[in-house]
Amino acid sequence: MREVDRRTKLNRRTFLQGAATAVPAVAVATSAGLSIEDAWAEGSTTLAPATMKTLVKVARDIYPHDFLVDSYYITAVKPWDGKAAKDPAVKAMIEDGVKRLDQDAQDRHKLPYAQVAWESDRVTLLQGIEQTAFFKALRSDLVVSLYNQEELWPKFGYEGSSAEHGGYIKRGFDDINWLPKV
Amino acid sequence: MAKFDLNDDGVVVIVGSGAGGGTLGNELAQKGIKVVILEAGARNEIQDFINNEWESFTQLAWKDMRTTSGSWQVAKDFPNLPAWIVKSVGGSTVHWAGASLRFDEHEFKIRSAYGDVPGANMLDWPITLAEMEPWYAKAENKMGVTRTNGIPGLPGNNNFKVMEAGARKVGYKEVHTGRMAINSQPRDGRGSCQQIGFCFQGCKSGAKWSTLYTEIPKGEATGNLEVRPNSMAIKIEHDASGKVTGVVYADAEGKQQRQKARVVAVAGNSIESPRLLLNSASSMFPDGLANSSGQVGRNYMRHMTGSVYAVFDKSVHMYRGTTMAGIIRDEAKNDPSRGFFGGYEMETLSLGVPFMAAFLKPGAWGRTFTSAMEQYPQMAGMWLVGEDLPQETNRVTLDPKAKDAHGMPVASVHYDDHPNDLAMRNHAYKQGSAVYESIGATATFPTVPYPSTHNMGTNRMSAKARDGVVNKFGQTHDIKNLFVSDGSQFTSSAACNPTLTIVSLAIRQADHIAGAMQKKEI
Repeated sequence: MREVDRRTKLNRRTFLQGAATAVPAVAVATSAGLSIEDAWAEGSTTLAPATMKTLVKVARDIYPHDFLVDSYYITAVKPWDGKAAKDPAVKAMIEDGVKRLDQDAQDRHKLPYAQVAWESDRVTLLQGIEQTAFFKALRSDLVVSLYNQEELWPKFGYEGSSAEHGGYIKRGFDDINWLPKV
Repeated sequence: MAKFDLNDDGVVVIVGSGAGGGTLGNELAQKGIKVVILEAGARNEIQDFINNEWESFTQLAWKDMRTTSGSWQVAKDFPNLPAWIVKSVGGSTVHWAGASLRFDEHEFKIRSAYGDVPGANMLDWPITLAEMEPWYAKAENKMGVTRTNGIPGLPGNNNFKVMEAGARKVGYKEVHTGRMAINSQPRDGRGSCQQIGFCFQGCKSGAKWSTLYTEIPKGEATGNLEVRPNSMAIKIEHDASGKVTGVVYADAEGKQQRQKARVVAVAGNSIESPRLLLNSASSMFPDGLANSSGQVGRNYMRHMTGSVYAVFDKSVHMYRGTTMAGIIRDEAKNDPSRGFFGGYEMETLSLGVPFMAAFLKPGAWGRTFTSAMEQYPQMAGMWLVGEDLPQETNRVTLDPKAKDAHGMPVASVHYDDHPNDLAMRNHAYKQGSAVYESIGATATFPTVPYPSTHNMGTNRMSAKARDGVVNKFGQTHDIKNLFVSDGSQFTSSAACNPTLTIVSLAIRQADHIAGAMQKKEI
């Protein structure tokens, strides 16, 4: 059978693309003396960098895939900064949502959400806000903004658009070779 | 290409260009009758189709506001998307899977075959399988359905081979790559299937039959058919005698136009068609056009559906190749000993990663969900589709509040599962899982219904005017020059995919309309 090559090919480019929507991440990193890993959050215009970082943690906790580096989650949640800039109601929803989550984390663990060490403890906190508009909006957006990134499809063994490759007629549409004889 | 005057009152105006409207338009045009098709969507051609689920959805799907209510899962998961159908020239034949099955004899007479089932509004069709057989044959020939007319079946893809192996193991007998309106060899000027996948996103090779590149250009070539895209029908008008006289529609700029007509045929699929009749209410017809029975919008059927995805320890790559070329028909029979009336088909189905994330378990999150997603390449999948029973309270109505861009009330879709549907779905989940488990599936996922792709029954056929909206030719009981030409005519839903029956009815209706016009009856 023809297997799909799941190795990361575009990760670096994806990272920079996802991170550098408003301000080039490299420039920010240089001028502010930050590591490039944190620079993407400093580029947000409306939501505080700490809020953006918490959103990334929440995104990973909602759809945890250990084979995906943070850049995919950053790409997925980054548009919330732009939406918050356009709509004060969105800004309030995100900020209040993160504030509540941090408060719940403080009450239970004496730590902000993003610093609670175990995923299972963070998931318990998320379950506590599962019915809020904040969580629902975040999750329903994320299920598209995460899984619709073409760059991550090979990691799920999915090959995406096929017509330009002539379909699968010569590329393994019927190449399964392990089925029991019938 | 023809261009007819807005004041030409000799034309037949068809609302919708899909399986019903597109077929009817071509058939009439071939007979020399002048036809204007009003299509709400844009004209996207083969080269415009996109092999990307969400981008294609944005391009093709009917996304205009609708509301929902009732106990069905879709109202909870997708409250403003009750149906996944197409707003584009070609209608839902652009994204349909191609499965082309005939009704069984008993499925045309459910009242006689199943009796008076409590809670259901059972009725026999005013036509029989024997009467439909010649029209089915014409439709199969027109569409190039595999396993008919000497056309070989499609080759089985990996997803089919998994389902087939499991089906044989559990003892199912009628298992094959389906009767598909997808060319397994070149035919009718179109090439053969390239196993692209993405059948639901518009066929990039044109191997799959769609009115977009078969019926419509053939009709246009006669000089008798004009298709007007971006033309949203708003209201059907009538004269003092009660005959319809034309259709008011919004053009691409949102400006209202009035196309006069000798005959109007409504083919906007089972949500928009009753909506248009209801929105056309007048002082003469205060409950909407053709609604003396009160049945317009009622008896909405959407099939018992569900899916089973199964995980194996080795790769399947179910997304490669024709999406639905695979079927198990053994459960399609009516065998009430299973605890329900009617039957269901099991058909291969796959989704890409983006749609799998959205539809595998809507609303789910956390490691149980992501662990399932990570098994994607080792997944096989099938769709379960079976007969749902007509219920008077399952119904398309006009939303009391929400209005569209033209100020018209939007459709509100209410659906409660009948106990028969629930019993059938549970049976189907169990059998679907058994198929995969028999050959070593390590996990199976019973997946809830997607937004409805099969929409039927909201202007149903009946022998008597009091029981339904249209007669055996799709002609409304109340208004003789007003017809219904889509799946909303269905008196029952049957186990199988509806398109072949819609096309067969449209061919038959064209004969009837042409005859009645010639005899000056309409």
